[in-house]
Amino acid sequence: MTGSVVVRSQVGERLDKLRADEGRAALIGYLPVGFPTVAGSVEAVDTMVDAGVDIVELGVPYTDPVMDGPVIQRAADIALAGGARVRDTISAVEKVSGRGAPVLVMTYWNLVLRYGVDAFARDLAAAGGAGLITPDLIPDEGADWIAASDAHGLDRVFLVAPSSTPERLASTAAASRGFVYAASTMGVTGERATVGSRAEELVAHTRAAGAERVCVGLGVSRPEQATQVAGYADGVIVGSALVRTLLDAESASAGLDSLARLTADLAAGVASAARVAP
Amino acid sequence: MSGRPDVPGMRDIRSGGGPLAAHLGPYFGDFGGRFVPEALIAALDEIDTEYHKALTDPAFGKELARLHRTYTGRPSPLTEVPRFARHVGEGVRVFLKREDLNHTGSHKINNVLGQALLVKRMGKTRLIAETGAGQHGVATATAAALMDLECVIYMGEEDTRRQALNVARMELLGATVVPVTIGTRTLKDAINEALRDWVANVETTHYLLGTVTGPHPFPEMVRDFHRVIGEEARAQLLDEIGRLPDAVAACVGGGSNAMGIFNAFLDDPDVRLFGFEAGGEGIESGRHSARFRGGAPGVLHGAKSYLLQDEDGQTLPSHSVSAGLDYPSVGPEHAWLHDIGRADYRPVTDVEAMDAFRLLCRTEGIIPAIESAHALAGAIQVGREASAWREDGQEPVLLVNLSGRGDKDVATAAAWFGLIEDEPVVLADEGEQL
Repeated sequence: MTGSVVVRSQVGERLDKLRADEGRAALIGYLPVGFPTVAGSVEAVDTMVDAGVDIVELGVPYTDPVMDGPVIQRAADIALAGGARVRDTISAVEKVSGRGAPVLVMTYWNLVLRYGVDAFARDLAAAGGAGLITPDLIPDEGADWIAASDAHGLDRVFLVAPSSTPERLASTAAASRGFVYAASTMGVTGERATVGSRAEELVAHTRAAGAERVCVGLGVSRPEQATQVAGYADGVIVGSALVRTLLDAESASAGLDSLARLTADLAAGVASAARVAP
Repeated sequence: MSGRPDVPGMRDIRSGGGPLAAHLGPYFGDFGGRFVPEALIAALDEIDTEYHKALTDPAFGKELARLHRTYTGRPSPLTEVPRFARHVGEGVRVFLKREDLNHTGSHKINNVLGQALLVKRMGKTRLIAETGAGQHGVATATAAALMDLECVIYMGEEDTRRQALNVARMELLGATVVPVTIGTRTLKDAINEALRDWVANVETTHYLLGTVTGPHPFPEMVRDFHRVIGEEARAQLLDEIGRLPDAVAACVGGGSNAMGIFNAFLDDPDVRLFGFEAGGEGIESGRHSARFRGGAPGVLHGAKSYLLQDEDGQTLPSHSVSAGLDYPSVGPEHAWLHDIGRADYRPVTDVEAMDAFRLLCRTEGIIPAIESAHALAGAIQVGREASAWREDGQEPVLLVNLSGRGDKDVATAAAWFGLIEDEPVVLADEGEQL
């Protein structure tokens, strides 16, 4: 898909380094910009990075987040009601990207379309961002984004699902840079008692279809689940559980404490699956 | 994608040239597409494949035609309305296509029966749908009862309160109505919730989308299930007056009734096509659903089209006295017809629509849906230009799609005209569309 364009992948390099140096998968933590406030979200991301997240996934709040369950919807509603703007995401990336963890932005497509695909890529790259995760953009519709991410040296993380056909796994793997996001189950974001058994299968199939790296998200919320997923994936993506620590907290500082604790537990969970690099 | 075996001689315009009426998805010019999670792509492909397979299967067409004849009540009549026409323009003849007389009270049943038959072919057992004021929900619940399918209808909590009677109607038909308590708690959020359900249950479930929006193949397929409106009207009019109309008028929410009647005339360049959007309280008020006047291209619910959105691309709330036109986006084929200049889209305000509503009641003894009253008000608007339509001295002929009946709107209308003291039932920021 990328033809002769050779672009370094911030996220790919981080995943490879973790595997080589520590023999483990990455912990990827999601938080939405503007929740509880723009400054508060930056502080929360810093907390999460300090507590052991390897890669940051910054969500852009959107009025119609069809891939998100109730926890992330609530956080996005609060962010929008508080006046969060798309440009706040760019400035948040600028603030948190120096902290040592690559920063991916997770965004629904209309926000990028409205900003201008190339302009968004340019500004995200200038802010130090690593790339985009696009839950409602499939590579088939992503020609502009593929060109812009090549031009500005950004990662592009597309999703695969248990329903993806082998042909689509192959085309999605070929179009992605950094990693492929494997949805562990058919559904939306949210905490689940177990990580779907189809996740491990999907990771294997996605690798077989040509993906260099595959990370797993949707439904991962507890350290033992993180350990389990880290046993077969290149990264473990946690969102709703982290957001909920802030939603449920009695105060901002209690929320950050609870966020730091859960992050550290998840990081320990991921580390406990460490194995010697292949 | 296959061609259109049901229409001899039609070609796929995407390969260049060809009739406008035969245009296939996923793209209509710059619009349409599939802006949805990957998890849904397999299901959308399955619908696309099964739909095109069904088109080549005579048994499918025969069964749908039988249902329309014996259950829907098709063909729907064409009624000339001379007393109403006097208010449209000197010497103008106006004909109404009477989709209001269909079973369940609107054109919605055309699409619902078509998709439900398809669902039986795909072997799925569960239908989900969104609804605002309840019309599409009632139609879907009806088809589910008829075809023995489980049915879940998502409806904003606000709307379930305002439309308690339609909730009861759906429940009488055996459907489960799920109040949606997130976001703005109205139609847009009901669609979001239906999409979330679909992602999680796509193996057993079909999302019976109610209009010509959404990801491919919905805009193309829903249009095709409504093409019968225009095909019948064209034949009826040729029968009645021996020629085509000079103009066709329809209201445009998502745009399914308009696509249904426009399609038969798209390749007749002398037939003017007018789509009337809800102008609400006026474009300048900001409280409207006029996507072509107040919107810009963007993506919502799986398709790229004109969209009411803010500077950042966040969806803006829409407004209309008519719940069925109250939606921030519009079908992608309409966006294309707008941009290529084939159809003319204009706003009609709440006041204009309600005046036309009362006028049809009093001149013709027909109580229209408030949605359809927008087409009637639009007819009055363009009637002023009608004298310029013909150079041969014949009377200008205007065909209006009367997409639904007004039973559901009686309380709203009664309150609007001060006949009762209650607050209007559907006077809200958001309501039904799909």
